[in-house]
Amino acid sequence: MMPGPMGPEARAEAARLSAIFEGLGAQPVDTSILQPADVLLDLYGEDIRARAYVTADPLRGEMMLRPDFTVPVVRAHMDEGGDPARYSYAGEVFRRQETDPARPIEFLQVGFEIFGGEPAQADAEVFATISGALEGLELRPATGDIGILMAAVRGLKTSEARKGALLRHVWRPRRFRALLDRYGARTPLPAHKKALLAAADPFEGAGPALGLRGRREVEARIATLRAEADTRPLSEEEMALVDMILDLRETAPNVLSALRDIAVDMPAIGDAVTGLTRRLDAMSARGIDVDALPFEGSFGRTTLEYYDGFVFGFQSPTRADLPPVATGGRYDALTRHLGKGRAVPAVGGVIRPELAVQIREGRA
Amino acid sequence: MTIRLGVPSKGRLMEKTFDWFGARGLTLRKRGNDREYAGVVEGIDGVELALLSAGEIPRELAAGRLHLGVTGSDLVREKVAGWDLRLRELAQMGFGGADLVIAVPQGWVDVDTLDDLDAVAAAFRRDHGFRLRIATKYHRLTREFLKEHGVADYQLVDSQGATEGVVRNETAEAISDITSTGETLRANGLKILSDGMIHSSQATLFRSSTAEWSEAHRATLDALEDKLGL
Repeated sequence: MMPGPMGPEARAEAARLSAIFEGLGAQPVDTSILQPADVLLDLYGEDIRARAYVTADPLRGEMMLRPDFTVPVVRAHMDEGGDPARYSYAGEVFRRQETDPARPIEFLQVGFEIFGGEPAQADAEVFATISGALEGLELRPATGDIGILMAAVRGLKTSEARKGALLRHVWRPRRFRALLDRYGARTPLPAHKKALLAAADPFEGAGPALGLRGRREVEARIATLRAEADTRPLSEEEMALVDMILDLRETAPNVLSALRDIAVDMPAIGDAVTGLTRRLDAMSARGIDVDALPFEGSFGRTTLEYYDGFVFGFQSPTRADLPPVATGGRYDALTRHLGKGRAVPAVGGVIRPELAVQIREGRA
Repeated sequence: MTIRLGVPSKGRLMEKTFDWFGARGLTLRKRGNDREYAGVVEGIDGVELALLSAGEIPRELAAGRLHLGVTGSDLVREKVAGWDLRLRELAQMGFGGADLVIAVPQGWVDVDTLDDLDAVAAAFRRDHGFRLRIATKYHRLTREFLKEHGVADYQLVDSQGATEGVVRNETAEAISDITSTGETLRANGLKILSDGMIHSSQATLFRSSTAEWSEAHRATLDALEDKLGL
């Protein structure tokens, strides 16, 4: 019989992994299964409702069965913890499945998180620890760095409004692409916008102003649209450089050399590229075969909306039907968001022990 | 072995359903007095008629308690997760047409597309301190549609009726609702986004994949499909 997501084999594997993380000085943390829904909704938006179970408490309002540990662990650290700190956790998480009945709705996660410390070293330690803990499963790693794309966007020679809109959609590749194409004048201004901006009185013949969003807000948006229409399109060169970053898909050393070339024309990514160099050096020092390590410029953009630097995953090449056994990344901005003004550099990784068990048994 | 056919128990949807089967040589009618929710099918053997609320038919089909059922394609998509694994469309029946659409106040002259809605949602959240509210009873369909199109910074608020009025009452800024002609929306000062069509719905005959389908059941279904010209 196949080992279940919550069975004794998975629990034993979770205990084995926890022992590894605790052996590295990680302090075990526990979090409540029921989490306040507002924090998660505020962070992920309405999409989280499709993935998390929502319930209600008469006094506390909407609660969610924890869909992951990162948010409660970050909250606990920002409320109480001192830097630097390292934590491990193990327990069940709950995920609604709206399409695939074969996917489990309850499974274990074991994680390792580092708060503070030198970022490149911490990135390398988390990656090497997860990699080492799963040794023997012959998993294929994937890596990326969302910080490089974000640095490229921040460095574009264009308005702050455009940069803000692009940064807001870094994790929604389709809308990011649509915005980029519009700002680069690859797609024309829609007829509705043309007519609106050409109108002597945009409100002529319009229906009544209804609801909370009043006339002033509509006028402010029209002013924004006018300013946008007057902003010069992104240059072909800049568009091409962003496309090159998005399309990177090579071994880490080849990506690094491509990025150094890009940085000549786009100095804004210089610091992020230096960071990647340091990380690869730190990984190499920890015995990772960096020369063979895959790197993708778009990796991590469709997962959860909080990784903003290094991102990684481990998947079984022989069991492509399974989700990744482990995933992780850097989430500095999340600590700022949940820390009410205080921010700490943070990186972590999480393993699904039942998948490790399945792959190990399949190989035996 | 009888197969159970569920159809809407009242109103125009019931009448149109009866007409549709009638035009194909099958008479559906309520048994006994008008208040009873059991019925008979004449013109074929082995088909039992159950009259239910159109909103319950998707659930009954998914659970396999009905073999066949007539309901709106919107209701199936909203209420049955992974519906295409559990149900199959046998026939679109050409009535009960209604579109599930996203509508915003007509006074929002700056908003014509989902792209605008997304930009407005970002500004609204910044200005008001909470996410722009979209009132609907079609939570799943609306959420999937907005996710697919990369709209962020909104929240869904539940509205089980008179949804067109929520903007005027300031309990939501936009709506996602069913309309057939758009007349009620317009009368309430709302307009449909030009790319805001979520699903174009009509009455549809569904077959449950989870119900028991013995050889006898299948023979009855074959005979029924012959009659219906499917």
